[in-house]
Amino acid sequence: MGVFEDLVGQDRAADVLRQAASAAADALAGGRGAGMTHAWLFTGPPGSGRSDAARAFAAALLCPDQGCGHCDSCHQVEVGSHPDLTWVRPEGLSYSARQTRDLVLKGAGAPTLGRWRIVLFEDADRATEAAANALLKAIEEPPPRTVWLLCAPSPDDMIVTIRSRCRVVTLRTPSAEAVAHVLATRDGVPDDMAWFAAQAAQGDIGRARRLALDEEVRRRREEVLSIPASLTGVGECIAAAERLVKTSAEDADAATATLNEAETAELRRVYGEGSSGKGLGKGLVRGGAGALKELETLQKSRATRIKRDSIDVALLDLVAYYRDVLAVQLGAGVELANEDRRREVESLAAGSTPEDTLRRTEAIMVCRERLAANVNPQIAVEAMTLVLRDPRVSR
Amino acid sequence: MLPDMANPAPVTLVVGDEELLADRAVSSVVAAVRADDAGAEVHDLVGGKVEPGELTGLASPSLFGDRSVIVIRSAQDLSKDVIAEIVKYTAHPAEDTVLVLAHPGGVKGKALVDGVKKAGADVVTVSKLTKPAERLDFIKGEIKRAGRSITPSAAQALLDAVGSDLRELAAACGQLAFDTPGKGIDEAAVARYHRGRAEVSGFTIADLAIEGKLGEALEQLRWALATGVAPVLIVSALAGGLRSLAKIGGAPRNLRGGQLASHVGMPPWKIDRVKRQLTGWGQDGISRAMQAVAVADEQVKGGGTDPAYALERAVQVIVASRTGR
Repeated sequence: MGVFEDLVGQDRAADVLRQAASAAADALAGGRGAGMTHAWLFTGPPGSGRSDAARAFAAALLCPDQGCGHCDSCHQVEVGSHPDLTWVRPEGLSYSARQTRDLVLKGAGAPTLGRWRIVLFEDADRATEAAANALLKAIEEPPPRTVWLLCAPSPDDMIVTIRSRCRVVTLRTPSAEAVAHVLATRDGVPDDMAWFAAQAAQGDIGRARRLALDEEVRRRREEVLSIPASLTGVGECIAAAERLVKTSAEDADAATATLNEAETAELRRVYGEGSSGKGLGKGLVRGGAGALKELETLQKSRATRIKRDSIDVALLDLVAYYRDVLAVQLGAGVELANEDRRREVESLAAGSTPEDTLRRTEAIMVCRERLAANVNPQIAVEAMTLVLRDPRVSR
Repeated sequence: MLPDMANPAPVTLVVGDEELLADRAVSSVVAAVRADDAGAEVHDLVGGKVEPGELTGLASPSLFGDRSVIVIRSAQDLSKDVIAEIVKYTAHPAEDTVLVLAHPGGVKGKALVDGVKKAGADVVTVSKLTKPAERLDFIKGEIKRAGRSITPSAAQALLDAVGSDLRELAAACGQLAFDTPGKGIDEAAVARYHRGRAEVSGFTIADLAIEGKLGEALEQLRWALATGVAPVLIVSALAGGLRSLAKIGGAPRNLRGGQLASHVGMPPWKIDRVKRQLTGWGQDGISRAMQAVAVADEQVKGGGTDPAYALERAVQVIVASRTGR
């Protein structure tokens, strides 16, 4: 069937969703609808396609044909313009209780086209605890035709009271073969490049696609992977950390600069700047300054998130690198994620112990935690590169 | 900087956020008028409470031809109508009246500043002193006003001990001039009444810790926390100090002077200082110290319960890491 075909390596989940979609159609026709429920939690590692799965399910629910993939309704879901699908994608660091209450209100309406009203909440783990609590009532007993689809990396990321109200759909990490196959068939990537990208991305389809299609992303990855070999002294550690943090800041700037400007100009216009005509002032009307300030806060939070995400991608590349080192040290017969750097990996493996490698991996994970805890990025990354140079300092 | 004493302008505008200097400017105008006519009436008004028409009433000539001074403080709070009235008045001031407006600068009530300037008022600007050299000049000026003189080192010692608040500095200068005999004031005289340091920045603590002075570093840390320096700033100063060590210590040996400065991105004077601090530091020591700083930053940002403990612990680990070559 159409919409579920795009899910890579998720046959079990797709089966469950297909059954639920036909049960939902049954319920609409007046049947019992056994197998359908009103709140779903999609979990799986980054890149396993949580939001893709949720979107496919939404399409299947809204389509009169349970997800044919080519009718009007399916197309509208695909481009995000279906009137009965509310799609939430938090852009900032967190999602507030106030925003959630608005969402609950939207979810409470009757479906316009007569099938279901769906709220798809991507990255629901960004909701603060208060926000999650605001959701409880809504997802426990929604109106008869409302369906909530939440996405989070793991069920543990949601508070337990949300978890117990949702049916969990667990997605697995797709195999490198599956990812390479998708890249080759759907995006027309040459076989060896597809294989390289699938290996390097460790099951993250989005990242694999970016790696395969964007030269700049590949160059950035090379730069990150050259860090371990470059850490010969503390001076180099500091310099490497500085570069990493600076690149992430540039990423954030590049992604937000034009967006920020457009948003600010739009808000200024809404508050009456540059209006002409009798009795109209040229400046902002009352409340404009406050609204601008609020927008600035949102934009800042978005920039911080992009910065953190950008560093996180680099850190995950490093984790994959040391995973390879560990695999070689322990003689595990798995494919290396960094096959192109096999010689370097092998020499590092021969020159250190598995304990060292684990300490290094641990340092990277600690760095990720610190970034999430709002530690100054430069300090966090410096502490990490210094441990990568010499794992003994972490004790 | 202060307005002409002998003959105050009909309208004087004092703009700036340095309270002490603004007060002085205002009172010098008042004093000048009083010197001319001891019976002059002074109306001291606060911006937010001035009603429309009040100024016109006060400024209208009295039957007996008395002089009067109208002082309006916090002029940023004046209402729109009153501002218009004042601007209009400034263009045609009354003969027997002197008007003084004190505005702290900034955007609020900017119409008043612009309008009055345009209408030809005398403008006195008093801005906050930000550079240490300006504060030293201020101290010298204060002492000179009292008819005395002070040596540069004594002025520096006084500044260190009292802090950067001008009111306190002015009071301290007055007290010193009163308490000490003779003409010149030297360091010994300052040390007799003032000692220690009023303000500690994170950099002081970082320098002490990196130089291995545990006791002093902890003392200054407590002092800084007690005077309200944000723990986050102290952590970043500690990190900055260690970072400089790592950069200079790790720079290629053959670089000198300007080349080294551009390689590590630091001014030359700082490089000399860091080079002196480098003795006793080795790569492993720096690495360990940085770990402690990262832990401290996490705890200060809410990961721990007591920022003061986190900082003390970081300082101790830094000092202990120094022995490693």
